[in-house]
Amino acid sequence: MLAFLVQRISQALLVMFVISVIAFSIQDNLGDPLQEMVGMSVSEEEREKLRDELGLNDPFVVQYLRFAGNALQGDLGNSYFYGKPTVDVILENLPATLELVIGATLIIVLFSVPIGVYAAIRPQAWLSKFFMGVSTVGISIPVFLTAIVLIQLFSIGVTVTLFPEDTGWGSWLNGALSTNGGLPSYGRGDELTHLFGTWESGFFSQDGLLHLLLPAISLASIMLPLFIRLIRAEMMEVLQSDYIRYARAKGLAAPRINFLHALKNTMLPVITVGGVQIGIMVAYTILTETVFQWPGVGLMFLEAITRSDIPLIVAYLMVVGLIFVITNTLVDLIYGLVNPTVKLTGKKA
Amino acid sequence: MPLLEVKNLDVRFAVRGGDLKALRGISFTLDKGERLGLVGESGAGKSVAAFSILNLIARPGYIAGGQILFEGKDLAAMSERELRKIRGNRIAMIFQDPMMTLNPVLTIGTQMVEAILAHRKISKKAAREIALEKLRKVYIPSPEKRLDQYPHELSGGMRQRVIIAIALLLDPEIIIADEPTTALDVTIQAEIMDLLLELCEQENVALMLITHDLGVVSQVTQRMLVMYSGRIIEQGSTKEIINDAQHPYTQGLINALPQMGEPGGRLFQIPGSMPSLKNVPTGCPFNPRCKFATEQCKREMPQYVRSGNVDVACYEVSNLIEQEKRMQEAES
Amino acid sequence: MTTATLSRWDRFRDSFFWYSFKRDKVAIASFLVLMLMVFAAVFAPLLAPTDPYDLTQIDIMNSELPPVGLSGSDAAFPLGTDAQGRDLLSTILYGTRVSLMIGFGAVVLQAALGILFGLLAGYLGGRVDAILMRIADVQLSFSTLMVAIIVGAVVKATFGSLMFGEIAIYMLIFIIGVSEWPQIARTVRASVLAEKKKEYVDAAKVMGFGTPRIMFRHILPNTLSPIFVIATVQIANAIISEAALSFLGLGMPETQPSLGSLIKSGFDYIQSGSWWITLIPGLVLVVLVLVINLLGDWLRDVMNPRLYKG
Repeated sequence: MLAFLVQRISQALLVMFVISVIAFSIQDNLGDPLQEMVGMSVSEEEREKLRDELGLNDPFVVQYLRFAGNALQGDLGNSYFYGKPTVDVILENLPATLELVIGATLIIVLFSVPIGVYAAIRPQAWLSKFFMGVSTVGISIPVFLTAIVLIQLFSIGVTVTLFPEDTGWGSWLNGALSTNGGLPSYGRGDELTHLFGTWESGFFSQDGLLHLLLPAISLASIMLPLFIRLIRAEMMEVLQSDYIRYARAKGLAAPRINFLHALKNTMLPVITVGGVQIGIMVAYTILTETVFQWPGVGLMFLEAITRSDIPLIVAYLMVVGLIFVITNTLVDLIYGLVNPTVKLTGKKA
Repeated sequence: MPLLEVKNLDVRFAVRGGDLKALRGISFTLDKGERLGLVGESGAGKSVAAFSILNLIARPGYIAGGQILFEGKDLAAMSERELRKIRGNRIAMIFQDPMMTLNPVLTIGTQMVEAILAHRKISKKAAREIALEKLRKVYIPSPEKRLDQYPHELSGGMRQRVIIAIALLLDPEIIIADEPTTALDVTIQAEIMDLLLELCEQENVALMLITHDLGVVSQVTQRMLVMYSGRIIEQGSTKEIINDAQHPYTQGLINALPQMGEPGGRLFQIPGSMPSLKNVPTGCPFNPRCKFATEQCKREMPQYVRSGNVDVACYEVSNLIEQEKRMQEAES
Repeated sequence: MTTATLSRWDRFRDSFFWYSFKRDKVAIASFLVLMLMVFAAVFAPLLAPTDPYDLTQIDIMNSELPPVGLSGSDAAFPLGTDAQGRDLLSTILYGTRVSLMIGFGAVVLQAALGILFGLLAGYLGGRVDAILMRIADVQLSFSTLMVAIIVGAVVKATFGSLMFGEIAIYMLIFIIGVSEWPQIARTVRASVLAEKKKEYVDAAKVMGFGTPRIMFRHILPNTLSPIFVIATVQIANAIISEAALSFLGLGMPETQPSLGSLIKSGFDYIQSGSWWITLIPGLVLVVLVLVINLLGDWLRDVMNPRLYKG
């Protein structure tokens, strides 16, 4: 257990180190703290003096160490735009993003497992072929386009007048193809519940959940086809294995074979690949949040780019890097816990 | 009535460009408590025969014809539901590779208890007791501990003992063992075989043993079938076949055994190799490799003839028997 | 000369490749649609009714006209117009051209990087392999989109928006190429590791050929089919990445739009009911990406290379 932990954590630290070096080089090359502090009115000599005092003329390594030391204490500098610590700005926006990711993950798990399993058990059924076809198309649709289509359909609404309204079938078809819209497509709504710290949650009111619905579906849409294909492929491979045939030879009922024997083995690789994908979803929140004006860190990051708010960009990189590293490490640990063949504890897993 | 009677069983694999005939009209019987060996080279259809009895052939294989009568009821015509009541319960199976047979993510206990609960309405606790008792029967040390272990924590030999214990869980009438020792270390092969033999005798279970090891067959079984290219070419008393094989192919198999050759001499080999299912020769499938092959052998599949307690499908043998008969008639 | 080309053509016609293409309706349809789109994109200046880059041809009075078939449409603008009165069909033709250029360009760049790094990592092994693959791992675990956004943000901050607009195509090719090379590098490395063990490599070594020659002349040709498959899929990915960057305002400017920036500029008008400005370019983008993906799937089935899993 200890060796496994040490190995994973040292790996994570190494990655964090690389990320911090990259983040710092961006700050070093692009950010000019003086600009923000003193503006244009100060002479070049005074600037140079200030630079010396602030340590901006120190060697790269010294400056990096100072940066890393501050970062370890939770200090990633002040945002130009907000004029307060970047970490505070991120903490204010992070809960919205996390709730979006949680919502999307729930949708993915709820739909990908049953669909993937069904498509593996009945590969020839028309419904399976339909799902696989839809997921091929789904992979080809960029997340922001899904979001736009969802907004058009369920927020703005569509009125179809393609068929003759004066015939019974025509008006029925028009009605069936039209949508009402009305779902919120902007922000998180007003009915948020304060949980703790900076966490305002939309999970506890109908309004909050309705606001979450379209963004979460959009975000889920990018990963759902991938998960369905992955689960189906892994499950089909497992169903070919000897132990499944042996389970049948023991006279077990099909549900027990499919949902215990096969599914448990299927989920092992899915956890590793899937966990990493959930981490990657954070990147896609930038797109989703932009479309829905969802007040999370993704939208904040994009605004920071347009405002050239370098410290906030750098802080975002560090925080997102940390999230990636933590999810990857957690996935490894969970995999170790679930898979009895990985010796985590040395005794019973 | 025999316990199990297979009649004219045809098994095919549906592939693109027509069906491949994996088993072509095989028939045999198995009596209560009898031990039957099934031998042949790999690809002869031994495993297909074993798996088709419980209708467990992997797709695209399917039973195309014939009957599998178990206590008079046709397993080939049974619904999946009825079959499930027999699988593991009345007829148990032991697979080749114990590493692959047990589910890696479930404990030994789970995999034993579920097998019992699939067929008996008893408590989990009672099922656990049965599991423990059977583990003791196969001489597994500290069985209580094993129940909570995962397969990978056990050695190969130990796992095969567990599989044998699982086969015995519900006191079946028949155990079908598909090369139960091939995947094990040579040193434990004999151990496992002895255990299997001992338990079958003790519990009076019929055993159908699939193997390519003639030595094991002669030690363990009373009757044997020799398969070649999806057909049974010789079947009958193990002792008679091993001592005096009639079919040229069986003779070749026995002569190829190391103990038959001179020390330091070359081992006997049957020239050529078994035809693939895609191009099975007409007539006797062995004719391209047979030194006695005639035009007749290439045209038609020979019928079975009886010689002592053995049935053989070979023109050479039937001609010899005819000759003998005529000579005897001439003498008398 | 003629005979040589003839026999090559005959060989192609007899090949499994051609045989399986003929039998696969989806592959044929995808190929035809893709060819049609490539053709339309290449000849956009000839095919497009108007030049969307030419401000004198645009009349603001024509803005937000719906496509033909809806009330208020104008037959001169079959797909309608956008908010500035530009003909949507023309902007889409030009936009497809830009998207395809960036897609191909980015894949050429990432193939160059990926092949070089993949060959080095696979053939030299040891520390070179460890370092290169570690970088690839980190980059992939960050997701290529994230890397592209970050690189895009940095590039944009360095050059400033105006300057960025002028060189946007090259910048996007650079950004996407640099952020997606690990996919190809991993594939190349995997097949190099398999090829390295084969006898012909030993033979080449015994004959005294140098490392670069063995890498590029002997091993590389044998790893081409998996590269080909992954590169096809990567074109689709690059086009999506470009669209995403443009949608975020980190890509093509509105004056020289790609499909992504068309979708972005149309999105602002979706609430006012002008859905076509954003959804029609969106549909074109989806069809383009879908046919490339379908061709990629088909290629994978035919060539069946050992792709890097995950």
